[in-house]
Amino acid sequence: MIQLAIDLAFILEKAILIGGIITVSLVVAMYSTWAERKVAGFMQDRLGPNRAGPFGLLQPLADGLKLFMKEEIIPNASNKFLFILGPGLAMMTAMMTSAVIPWGREIEVFGRTVSLQIADINIGILYIFAVLSMGVYGIMIGGWASNNKFSLLAALRGASQMISYELAMGLSIIALLMLTGSLSLKTIVEQQSAAGGWWNILYQPLGFLIFMVCAFAECNRTPFDLPEAENELNFGYHQEYSSMKLGFYLFAEYINMFMSSVLMATLYFGGYDIPFVNDAALVESMGTNNVAILQGLSLFAKAAFFIFFFMWVRWTIPRFRYDQLMHLGWKVMIPLALINMLITAVVVLIRQNGWPF
Amino acid sequence: MTITEILFWLLTVVALTGALLVVTSKNPVYSVLALIATFFAISGHYILLNAQFLAVVNLIVYAGAIMVLFLFVIMLMNLNTETEPQKNKWLKMAGTVAGGCLLLVLVAALRDADSKSTIALVNSGDTGLIENLGKLLFNEYVIPFEISSVLFLSAMVGAVVLGKKE
Repeated sequence: MIQLAIDLAFILEKAILIGGIITVSLVVAMYSTWAERKVAGFMQDRLGPNRAGPFGLLQPLADGLKLFMKEEIIPNASNKFLFILGPGLAMMTAMMTSAVIPWGREIEVFGRTVSLQIADINIGILYIFAVLSMGVYGIMIGGWASNNKFSLLAALRGASQMISYELAMGLSIIALLMLTGSLSLKTIVEQQSAAGGWWNILYQPLGFLIFMVCAFAECNRTPFDLPEAENELNFGYHQEYSSMKLGFYLFAEYINMFMSSVLMATLYFGGYDIPFVNDAALVESMGTNNVAILQGLSLFAKAAFFIFFFMWVRWTIPRFRYDQLMHLGWKVMIPLALINMLITAVVVLIRQNGWPF
Repeated sequence: MTITEILFWLLTVVALTGALLVVTSKNPVYSVLALIATFFAISGHYILLNAQFLAVVNLIVYAGAIMVLFLFVIMLMNLNTETEPQKNKWLKMAGTVAGGCLLLVLVAALRDADSKSTIALVNSGDTGLIENLGKLLFNEYVIPFEISSVLFLSAMVGAVVLGKKE
């Protein structure tokens, strides 16, 4: 006899939370494509999409419909199973990061206090790195399974780029972790939003800069979009893809962009903390649920700014050459991150033990 | 059966199937992917033992970095079943005998080990948590830890020397 002790309400609560967060991320990614064209249009002094709906707001729906209607082509010489697995993996790893991000403090529903974080594990940041390193497989498998030399080259480029920049990213995070003393994202946000706490950007400006550059490289965004460099590798690792499988790859990029924007806001800009306001005092005057909504909006506003920044950079800075990219990653970013780590370590030691001389 | 037991058996089946697929599959890329699945199952076992840090580091280092390098090499060498040279019959036989000997030694060694009487702390142990692990590594085992880092450094220098074109 199998007896399962399952807290049904708990599972229901988490299922609704996961569904909600995934829906929100998908919608944000969908409208990022629209926003990207609008921003591009603004920067290049043109209008951008404006035919479908008011301000072209229905454009993402039209694009999605187009992708669904296109013919699904699987090349004859490709490896069919891996060819389909590739985009699925890319999409899945892009969505998995959202599990450890705190989207707000808590809400009260039907007398239950629900934390607005899917899983508060005490290795939150390491989990994100694990998911990030899985993201390489989506690109590599898709590129290899296409059985096309351009795709394979682009996939290898993408993978080596992501591995190289992961190192500098990890080193820049280590400096932050020395200050916070915790790997849990919730604790990091709470430290920043507590009364008298400052946002981590004030303590770690250099660390943030390194993290941001590496986030650009991890998302394969310009100036680091070598894997899909269209003028040298045709269309990169998704050259053979069509229909919604291509859509998955393109969409995963926008979800990654959203997730890294949220992550930057969480780690360095106070997360869901409402700026210039004492959150704890606000809870007493407004009630938990209202404050949770405001906190969520605050996080989204910060993330929206970073998404805009991603686009701003894309339409301003030209692409790096591949050797320049590797040079920047290994010879500039990693030494800078190491120096940042050393300085932080010395400061932390002096603050704990006093000036020894 | 509790949830933990169900998860344990599920992960065990995944790990063993993955490990078998690594050996039996004809396509080397499938072998690598099966090995990644095996690492995931082993990480699941670590989580069941409440060793979260070990689980995540296993994923980052082995599944995330080392297996990517494996894939790199295999994809660039373009190993297909057609191009792979057929091994000598006697070589295969010798391999089987050697593998069997290794299995025998392993089984014999594990039979006498006292791990049989040790009960694993499922879900409740706290030695695997990152805080305890860090304190242990940097207090009690700091010298072995530093020495192993020197070992890694020498490996890195060796790789640079080998990779340098003269």
